[in-house]
Amino acid sequence: MSATDVYRAPALSPEGATVERHWRDLAARRRLYTIGGLGFLFLALSGSLWFANETNAGKFFDRLPYIADFFGELKPRDWFDPVRALFDLPSPYDDGSLKFDYPEGRVYLTQSIYIPEYFHRMIETLNIALFSTLVGSTFGFLLCFLAASNITANRWLRFATRRFLEIVRAFPEIVIAGFFLAIFSLGPVPAIIAVSIHTIGALGKMFFEVVENADMKPEEGLRAVGANWVERVWYGIVPQVLPNFMSYFLLRFEINVRASTILGAVGAGGIGETLRLSIGRGHEAKTIAIVFLLFCTIVAVDQFSAWLRHRLVGRQAFAYGGE
Amino acid sequence: MNAAAINDIATRHPDAFRRSLWTRYATPLGVLLCILYTFYCAWFFSVGAVLEKANWNLAGAYLADWVSYEIRPDIEFKDNHLTIDYSRFSKLGSNPDPDWVTKQMAVIERRVDAAPAPAIATNKSSQDSFMAPGAPTAENPAAPSGQSAPAAPETVRENAVVAATVTLGNGRIAVTPNLVTVTRGTESVVFDIAKDSSVTPRTPLPDWIEQRRPGSTAYVSFGFLGRAEVQNDEVVAWRRFFGWANFVFDTNSPFWGKPFGEVASLIVSGERIDPSRSNAALAWDNVLNNAEWQHGDVWLKLLQTIVMAFVGTVLASIVAFPLAFLAARNVTPSRIANQLTKRFFDFQRSVDMLIWALFFTRGFGPGPLAGMSAIFFTDTGTLGKLYSEALENIDDKQREGIRSVGATPAMVQRYGVLPQVLPVFLSQSLYFWESNTRSATIIGAVGAGGIGLKLWEAMRTNTNWANVFYMVLLILLVVFIFDNISSYLRRKLMGSVGNDERRVSVRPPAAQIA
Repeated sequence: MSATDVYRAPALSPEGATVERHWRDLAARRRLYTIGGLGFLFLALSGSLWFANETNAGKFFDRLPYIADFFGELKPRDWFDPVRALFDLPSPYDDGSLKFDYPEGRVYLTQSIYIPEYFHRMIETLNIALFSTLVGSTFGFLLCFLAASNITANRWLRFATRRFLEIVRAFPEIVIAGFFLAIFSLGPVPAIIAVSIHTIGALGKMFFEVVENADMKPEEGLRAVGANWVERVWYGIVPQVLPNFMSYFLLRFEINVRASTILGAVGAGGIGETLRLSIGRGHEAKTIAIVFLLFCTIVAVDQFSAWLRHRLVGRQAFAYGGE
Repeated sequence: MNAAAINDIATRHPDAFRRSLWTRYATPLGVLLCILYTFYCAWFFSVGAVLEKANWNLAGAYLADWVSYEIRPDIEFKDNHLTIDYSRFSKLGSNPDPDWVTKQMAVIERRVDAAPAPAIATNKSSQDSFMAPGAPTAENPAAPSGQSAPAAPETVRENAVVAATVTLGNGRIAVTPNLVTVTRGTESVVFDIAKDSSVTPRTPLPDWIEQRRPGSTAYVSFGFLGRAEVQNDEVVAWRRFFGWANFVFDTNSPFWGKPFGEVASLIVSGERIDPSRSNAALAWDNVLNNAEWQHGDVWLKLLQTIVMAFVGTVLASIVAFPLAFLAARNVTPSRIANQLTKRFFDFQRSVDMLIWALFFTRGFGPGPLAGMSAIFFTDTGTLGKLYSEALENIDDKQREGIRSVGATPAMVQRYGVLPQVLPVFLSQSLYFWESNTRSATIIGAVGAGGIGLKLWEAMRTNTNWANVFYMVLLILLVVFIFDNISSYLRRKLMGSVGNDERRVSVRPPAAQIA
């Protein structure tokens, strides 16, 4: 029996053996936790899927073969028709019904120049998003300094501000929108209020985290020459955090474009409402036109914001998270 | 510091003293642009007109409805007596007799038209008679058959309400068939009622009573406590009570209106109310099927929302995981594969969650399947993008080390790449789980299942604001719990890696806080 036949582990000293044993225990426990965690996740997932299927109107496997049918129904009469719908050109299929009344929606600026309906709706949605991001970030900006532990010494003020931001952030937008829809009539103003209020909470939280990470040396310098609170914040903190604030502002704008589309679909104006109506009524060409426009807009907004954020804060711009 | 020293500093730091036009005016310019944009938006959305048209009284009433409810006694004038009614599904049950409405009974004579159809004689002098005026009585035993000429009106003697008083905090409304006295605090106004024609105050009206035209309905306000309308044929009062009415048991439940101790003893040791099941089962069933609050349905819908967010995020993570390796430049060397996968991610992200939700609602029918598919499709794109960015940012040394000992490509990924990115991946997924719990609520409202739709329906009727608030509280609770679970897990995950700068960065020491 030669030494090459069997590999022998080198004999370990008693201390070495203890370490080895502990390491094995540790590894076994880790494996157990991992498997246990995955098993739990699997159980939760299958339970959830079963529950979702049970409580859904249509069952998954019954409906699955028909999912593609909907895309079949979306086929327009000819492939130039969505273009006509997009630019409000008269359709050759016009039979007086809502389905092909493209020129009806034109918004005339002068006698002959018009904005096509969906572009106008899209501008409305973008304005809702931008304006509410602006309003929300203004208030978020004012509140974030009160919530930051390195700026505001008063524990209760900080506590109150943070809880306020949290509640405002978690409060469902749809309830705010619904409440103001009941007071105002239908229209975009309830959506603006709802998105703004949510933005105050979301941006306020992001902002105060940035402020808490700011370098305190400029602030100390200003304090040393006797600056008051506002001056210290304005000259010591704001210049440092402004690029980050801008970056979060842009991220929030991206998110708000989506949010205002969805709120539109529940009756707050903008392109969302048009899309929901058009899908519900089965107007193929209009649906394709709107989806295309929405898609392009979101891509454009995302690209523009990514480019601007990159310029403002460099690589950090990719830290996603704005909710 | 003398002038020479200042000049010295100025020459050493020219950029701090002579800044370019742009840096000097950027801030005011930005503020100006924002203000201009605000004016533009105010014009674009005609905010002024909308705010002017808004019904702010309604807003107050709706907000009050979140935490209170109204009970409405309806006192109708008859010739020489009154009838008191409550709305059909009153929160006081089927036979309301609250102690804040006092009645004065008396035996009166009134004339009734004989009933056209023969009816069963009812027991006279019962209190029921005023509940069903016009019913034939014992004095009219032989009701004429339907075809004969209408019988002459007859006189009936019965016990009826001749005066009623409704108390609303410091206010009081005393009603008799031709006189209504409204008191609030020390002020009091008497109205003469000419039945079916006019309401006339005897004294000038104080500012808490409004009468739009002489003789027309008078609107009385008691502040938060309630309001009333004095009309020429009835007085309607709304008294507001703080709290949620019948939150646990509705008026049809045998446990309704019983104090907590009695309900508890009934459940623990009482005789079976329904012989087929125990009292505890009955009570639980009554709570779940509470007609006003629909606890069972609300909880089911809330669970759907939670499930939508959970399944959507988990499935998206599972699908995005392998695709992200395909999309990362440094893992998959093929540029075509990288670009294809990345554009696929962009596509999924950019088709709005709303569009996916509307499509899948058409496909699967309303319910959580549609919502979770929408979340799944959108987040596959977003998570895939984030995962692939994390992969592209990894440290290459570990991979080289593993490769240098002759590991297979799969082993290189497993031991060289995965340990670096897994905490980041999990943290991103947790973050999206958290945020999807919130967005699943909104998606629900377009028909994709969950509590969103229920919320939306409750809001559209404008009568169920207390239910809306109840659901909001539940949502806030769920979001709060999940936020905490998710941020706890993320802190644990990121503790070792320190990638997420915002959460784990070292904060300035407390000593610096003034």
